[in-house]
Amino acid sequence: MSIVLGFVALVAIVALTWLWKQGVADRPWLETGAVTRIPSPGGQPTGRAGLGIFLIVAGGLFALSGSAVSMRMGYADWFEMRLPGVVWIGLALLVLSSLALQAASFAARRGDARGLARWLGAGTVAMAGFLMAQGLAWVRLAESGQSLAATPGASFFYLISGLHVLHVLGGLAALARVAARHGRGPAVAAPAIGLCAIYWHFLLIVWIAMLAILTGWAADAAALCRAILS
Amino acid sequence: MSSVSEDPDSGIPPAEVPDLPPPHAHGWWSRWVFSQDAKYIALQYSGTAIAIGMVALVLSWLIRMQLGFPGVFDFISAEAYYQFITMHGMIMVVYLLTAIFLGGFGNYLIPLMVGARDMVFPFVNMLSFWMYFAAVVVLVASFFAPGGPTGAGWTLYPPQAILSGTPGGTGWGIVLMLVSLILFIIGFTMGGLNYAVTVLQARTRGMTLMRMPLTIWGIFTATVMALLAFPALFVAAVMMLFDRLLGTSFFMPALVEMGQQLSYGGGSPIVFQHLFWFFGHPEVYIVALPAFGIVSDLIAVHARKNIFGYRMMVWAIVIIGALSFIVWAHHMYVSGMHPYFGFFFATTTLIIAVPTALKVYNWILTLWRGDIHLTLPMLFALGFIVTFLNGGLTGLFLGNVVVDVPLSDTMFVVAHFHMVMGVAPIMVIFGAIYHWFPLISGRMLSHRLGLIHFWVTFIGAYAIFFPMHYVGLVGVPRRYPDISASFVPDSVATLNAFISVAALTVGAAQILFLFNFAWSLRYGRKAEPNPWRAASLEWQTPEMPPRHGNWGKELPVVYRWAYEYSVPGASRDFIAQDDPGHPASWSHVP
Amino acid sequence: MIVAASLVLIVLFSVGFHLFSPWWWTPIASNWGYIDTTLVITFWITGAVFVAVVLFMAWCVFRYRHKPGRVAHYEPESRKLEIWLTALTALGVAAMLAPGLVVWKRFITVPDDATEIEVVAQQWYWSYRLPGADGRLGSSGTEWIDFDNPLGINPHDRFGADDVVIDSGDLHLPLGQPVRVNLRSVDVLHDFYVPEFRAKMDMVPGMVTYFWFTPTRTGEFEVLCAELCGVGHGVMRGYVSIDEPEDFDSWLGEQVTFAGLPAGGAVRVAETAEESDP
Repeated sequence: MSIVLGFVALVAIVALTWLWKQGVADRPWLETGAVTRIPSPGGQPTGRAGLGIFLIVAGGLFALSGSAVSMRMGYADWFEMRLPGVVWIGLALLVLSSLALQAASFAARRGDARGLARWLGAGTVAMAGFLMAQGLAWVRLAESGQSLAATPGASFFYLISGLHVLHVLGGLAALARVAARHGRGPAVAAPAIGLCAIYWHFLLIVWIAMLAILTGWAADAAALCRAILS
Repeated sequence: MSSVSEDPDSGIPPAEVPDLPPPHAHGWWSRWVFSQDAKYIALQYSGTAIAIGMVALVLSWLIRMQLGFPGVFDFISAEAYYQFITMHGMIMVVYLLTAIFLGGFGNYLIPLMVGARDMVFPFVNMLSFWMYFAAVVVLVASFFAPGGPTGAGWTLYPPQAILSGTPGGTGWGIVLMLVSLILFIIGFTMGGLNYAVTVLQARTRGMTLMRMPLTIWGIFTATVMALLAFPALFVAAVMMLFDRLLGTSFFMPALVEMGQQLSYGGGSPIVFQHLFWFFGHPEVYIVALPAFGIVSDLIAVHARKNIFGYRMMVWAIVIIGALSFIVWAHHMYVSGMHPYFGFFFATTTLIIAVPTALKVYNWILTLWRGDIHLTLPMLFALGFIVTFLNGGLTGLFLGNVVVDVPLSDTMFVVAHFHMVMGVAPIMVIFGAIYHWFPLISGRMLSHRLGLIHFWVTFIGAYAIFFPMHYVGLVGVPRRYPDISASFVPDSVATLNAFISVAALTVGAAQILFLFNFAWSLRYGRKAEPNPWRAASLEWQTPEMPPRHGNWGKELPVVYRWAYEYSVPGASRDFIAQDDPGHPASWSHVP
Repeated sequence: MIVAASLVLIVLFSVGFHLFSPWWWTPIASNWGYIDTTLVITFWITGAVFVAVVLFMAWCVFRYRHKPGRVAHYEPESRKLEIWLTALTALGVAAMLAPGLVVWKRFITVPDDATEIEVVAQQWYWSYRLPGADGRLGSSGTEWIDFDNPLGINPHDRFGADDVVIDSGDLHLPLGQPVRVNLRSVDVLHDFYVPEFRAKMDMVPGMVTYFWFTPTRTGEFEVLCAELCGVGHGVMRGYVSIDEPEDFDSWLGEQVTFAGLPAGGAVRVAETAEESDP
C-alpha cells in the first residue's frame, strides 16, 4: 500500500498548504465585513478545478492498482513479465499525442485556427495509434501464452491497461465534444483545449508509472534507493 | 449589474465568478425526472436512499427475529440469514448513509449554505443521481436473481464470496452486487466532483472558508475523502469480478473446495482486505464527518450560542479526515497480516481518538451556559452525543490491538459499529430532517409525533445496542444465525429476545416518522421564514422554500461567520450572515 | 427536566448493567490474563469518561434550559480549556495504548519451548495435526490434498510421517505446555476461536498464520469459527480438551499417524525410518 499512501500524502500536503493559505487559523468572529484577507472564491476557473479534482480521483485509482501489483509481487509465484515490443511503440505514440495536444493548446491561445486544427488532428491520430498498439499488445501477449488468467503479471497488465484505455476513450470523447464546438473560434476553445492537454499529460504520466511498476523497474529503483540509504 | 459592488463605501470587490443563471427546465421530463436543480436532485437522492433503507430496515427485523427466537421462523434458513445480514449491511452503509449525507444533504445544503445558485456542473449532477438509481436497481434485482443476493457478508471477503459454499457465490448474487457497487462509485464520483468544486469555486462574495458553517466543512471533507477512498473499492470490485467471471487469480490462492482442486492459484485474500479497508475505514468517517458538521449546527442554533471552539472543530474535521487514511488495518488485527503492523495501526487509531474527543467536548461546551431550546433537532443532537460517545469509547477497545483479539468478530463489534455509525448518524439525519423540513416544504413537522418518535428511537436504540456489547463480551461470535454454545449461559438467549423486541419496536417507530413526514407535507403548520432564527445563509433566501436559482436577482454578500448568536450588544439574539451590520439595515428588525 | 433526568438514568442504567448483569466473559483458560487486564483498564477509563461527559451534559441541559429572559453566554473559544482537554485525553489514550502494545508484543512473540501444532480448517469442520516423536511438523500444501490425504501433508517429507493426524475429531492438549498454533485453511477464510483462550487468528488459504498460548485449566472447550466462511459458518464447531499431561500422553498414543493413513504409504515410511530417528 506504500504507493497509494505516497499518493495520499502528496494530496494531503497540497490540500493542507492550500488550506493554510486560506487562513484556517483566523478567528472568524473577529473579522466582520465584506472583505477579509483572502479574496473569496475562485483562484481557478471552475473547469480547471473540476479537472484537478477528477485527476486526483483517477490518480488514486491507478495508485491503488499499482499498490495491488506491488503487494502481489511479494508472493512466490510472481515473475517479471516480458512485454511485447509493440507496447513501447504505443508509449512513443502516447508521448507524441501529448506533445501534439500541448501544441494545439498553444495554437488555440495564439488564436491560430489552422494550427489548432492541424495539431488536434495529429494528437487524435497519435492517440488512435496508441489504442491500436495496446490492442496489438493484448493479442501478442495472448499468442505468447500469457492470456488473461495465465500469469499474475499478465492479469494485472490486462486490467491496468484496460482501465487506462477506458480513460483514454473518455478523453477522446471529451476532445470530440470540444472540437465540435470549436467552430466558434480558437480563442473561445482555448480553455477547453488546455484542459484536454492537461488530461493527455496525465494519461501519459500514469501510463509511464504503470509500466514502471509492471516491469519491476519501480521496485528495482526502490530497492536501489534503500540500498544507498542504508 | 450589482448595485452592491458599485457602492463605494461597502468596499466589496466585484464577483470573480460570473453569476450565470442555472439551466432551466424545458418540460415535464426535465423538470420532474431529469432535473438539474440540486435541490430537486437532493430530494431524489434522499427519497431513493430512504426507500432502499426501508428494505434494509425490514431485513434487520428478519435478522432480529431469527436471533431472538431461533428456530421459530422456519423460512429463515442459514442461507437466507446470511443474505439478510449482507444486504442489510451493504445497503445501510453505502446506499443509505453515504447517499443521503452526500447526495441528499450535500446537494440540498451546499449551494444554499455557500450562497450559490446551484452546483457548478448541474448536468453531471443529474447523471450522478441516475447512476445511483441504476446501482440501486441492480442491487434490488439481485434479490430476484436465481440463487438470490450474495450472502458473503458486507465485507465480501474472497475466496468465500465467489465460491459455492456461500449463497450467491457462484450464481448471480455476487456479480450483481459488484456491478452495483461499480455503478454506485461512478455515480458518486460525478456527484463528489460537484460537491467539492462547488465549495471551492462557487462560494459567494465574502464567504471565506472560515465563515462556512461546519455542515459544509463536514460534507466537503467527507466528499474529498470519499473521492480518494472509493477508488479502492472500485479496484477491488473490478478485480473480484475478473476472478469470478474470467478466471484470474488476483485474490484467489490455490484451494480445494469440497474436495475439488480449483484452477485458481497464487493470489492473496489479504490484498483484497487491504484494498477493502482502505476504502472501508475512511467510509466510516465519510458518514461520520457530515454528521459531525450537521450536529454542530443543530446544537449552535438551538442553544442560541456560537459553536464552542469553531477553529478547533474545523481543524479536527480536517485532521480526522487525513488520519483516517492511515488506520485502515485496525480492521485486520486478526487477519493474519504481518503482526508488526499491529503496533503502527493501534497507535494511529488511538491518536485519532483525540481530535474526535475534542469534538465531543466542544459540543457539550456549546451547551454549557447556552440557552437550550429542547426542540426536536436539539433532542436528536443530544441523542447523537450519547450514542456517539458510547460507540466511540467502545472503539477504543477495538482499536487497541490486543484488546481487539478476544473481541473481534464477536457481537461486541456489531454493537460498537451500530452505535457509532448506525444509530449516531441516523440520529443526526432525523435531527437534520426536523430542522430543515420547514426550509424544504414550508411547513413544520408535527412536534407531538416527533417526540414519540424521538423517545422510542433513542431509548429503544440504546436498549438494543448497549446490552449487545455484553453478548459479545460473553464470547458470542457475530454472523451466527443461532448463538447457542457451551459457554453461552441460557440467560443470553433471554437478553437476545429482549433486544429483538426492542429492535422491532424501534423499527415500528420509524413508520410513525414516515407518517409524520407525509402528513406534515400536506397538513403541517405553515412555517414562518427562518423559524429557528438561524444565522446561516440557507435560511436567508428571498423566498422560503427557495426557488430555482435560490437567490432571486442577486447573489447574497456575506459579512460574517455563521455563528453570530447572542452577541453582546446586538439588538436580537442572532445576526444573519448576509446582514451588513449597518444600524440602518437593522431598522426592519422587530 | 425530563431530558436531563433521562440522561442521568441512562448513565445509571449503563453503570448498573455493567456492574450487576450476569453477562461477563467466560472464565479464562489460558495465560492471556494480560488481555483481560488491559480490557478492564480500558473499561475503567472509558467508563469514567462516559459517566463524566453524560452527567455534565445532563447538568447543562438542566441548568441552561430555555427560560424567558435567558441569554446565552458569548464565548467563541477558550484556548486554555481546549489545551487542557487535549492533554487529558491524550493521557487517557496513552494509558490504554501503552499496556496494549506491551501485551501485543508478548502476544506475537512465541516462547522457544512452545510445541508446534497445526489446525486445518475447511468448510465446515476442523482437523488437527500434532508432531510425532521428532517434534516437528512435516510440510504441507494444497496440491497434496485428496481423499486419502485430507490435510495435504507432503508425502515426500520425512518429518511428516510420524505426524499425528486428527481428521474431524477433537483436539487434546497438555496442561501448562505453551503451544504455537499454526493455522491453515484449505478453502476460504476461517478463524480458530475458543473464547476461553482469548487468543484467535484468521486462517487464510495459501498461507500459514499462528498464535500461541499456554493452557492453564483442564476441561473441554468449544471451538467456533469466527470468520464468515459460508452457509455452514454457524455450525462449524468442535472441542478442544485440555488434559493433565499423563492423560494427554495416553490419548496421543491412541491416535493415527500420517504413515498409518493410506496416503502416507509404506515406501516413504521406510525411507523416513532410516533417515530420521537416530
